[in-house]
Amino acid sequence: MMYDSGKIITGLVIFVIMITFPIWYNVGGAEQLPKVEKPVGKKECVQDTQFMRTSHMALLNNWRDEVVRSGERQYQVVEGVKYEKSLQNGCMNCHTSKAKFCDECHTYAAVKPYCWDCHVQPKEIN
Amino acid sequence: MDVKRRKFLKIAGISAIAGIGAPTAFSTLLKGEVNASSGGGHGEATEKSDAHAEEKVVGKQYGLVINTKKFGQIAGLAEKCTAACHAEHNVPDYGNPKDEIKWIWTESYNHAFQGKSDHKKNDALKNLPILVTCNHCANPPCVKACPTKATFKNKDGIVMMDYHRCIGCRFCMAACPYGARSFNWKNPRETYANGEMKFYPNGINKEFPTRMRGVVEKCNLCAKRIADGKLPSCVEACGDTKGIIFGDINDPNSEISQVLKNTFTIQRNPTTGTRPSVFYII
Repeated sequence: MMYDSGKIITGLVIFVIMITFPIWYNVGGAEQLPKVEKPVGKKECVQDTQFMRTSHMALLNNWRDEVVRSGERQYQVVEGVKYEKSLQNGCMNCHTSKAKFCDECHTYAAVKPYCWDCHVQPKEIN
Repeated sequence: MDVKRRKFLKIAGISAIAGIGAPTAFSTLLKGEVNASSGGGHGEATEKSDAHAEEKVVGKQYGLVINTKKFGQIAGLAEKCTAACHAEHNVPDYGNPKDEIKWIWTESYNHAFQGKSDHKKNDALKNLPILVTCNHCANPPCVKACPTKATFKNKDGIVMMDYHRCIGCRFCMAACPYGARSFNWKNPRETYANGEMKFYPNGINKEFPTRMRGVVEKCNLCAKRIADGKLPSCVEACGDTKGIIFGDINDPNSEISQVLKNTFTIQRNPTTGTRPSVFYII
């Protein structure tokens, strides 16, 4: 025998609905995967795509330490072209748009790197 | 039982004495000198405490010789140097002396050289613009004061900053006896409603980053330009006037070393023991 079964079952149903709210609220509404704009006519980056996708931030940190602290400024050569070990003077030579390259993923992943507080993006200066 | 214990204690005691004494005995035998181990340390201590000893030369040390005579003769040359540097390095102009950011600027003789007076001196000296900047000290107090190692001495002897690491504590500013460090009280990238930049009326150099609010900044002796084989921008701005001479003061064959060898120069505030690398011909 269960006392107040009506109230309890109603309460349980409401509880289950509320706890699963995020799931059914977002059904079918999944965000589109980010589509980054790739440089035209360039096939290779300083590292392979998978590495760049997962570890570009570590690479940039290493570059900064090497350049600023150790003075190791040797150029990165990709497809026979020399690039500076630099975000704004290196990477952004090919990836010319912060909005279409950096922000595309960063917004999707809800990360807010502070690169552009100091570094200067190519076109859209803020 | 008793005998065994007595015997054990004797052996233990002798072994202990031998154990304590052995290293000393060995070192005495090996070095052939009783004071060998303490002698080196003592010698080093006296060397350090002797303030009049010749300064030790270690590695590169880039420095400047600033010929103030040239800056007295050529009107506007000092301002040209400042403008070139500040444009190159995106030094913001906050339009307010309290917030001012200075990498290289001018001072009067008695302000630049502490302890020197312009009282009863010639008029030329009183009006002489003394170009001052970070002294890239061989013994930089700012580097010691920095709790995050954001500022450090690089292999070329340049006192560099990694702005990523600066937490804005301003210990370095308190430590620097030359006022060569400035703090960003405001965001240098602040804009007007129309998107125009407030503190960069002439736009920014897109090859160089700006800073953000809450970091200290200073002259970096154009580390990047030097790496690219160029002269620092203040030196370049002087053109052929030889107003500023740049080079490695530790290399006896460099032009700057020759100038230092043959000309009487002074440094700013040398009594603080910072060993500044910027020299002045007055």
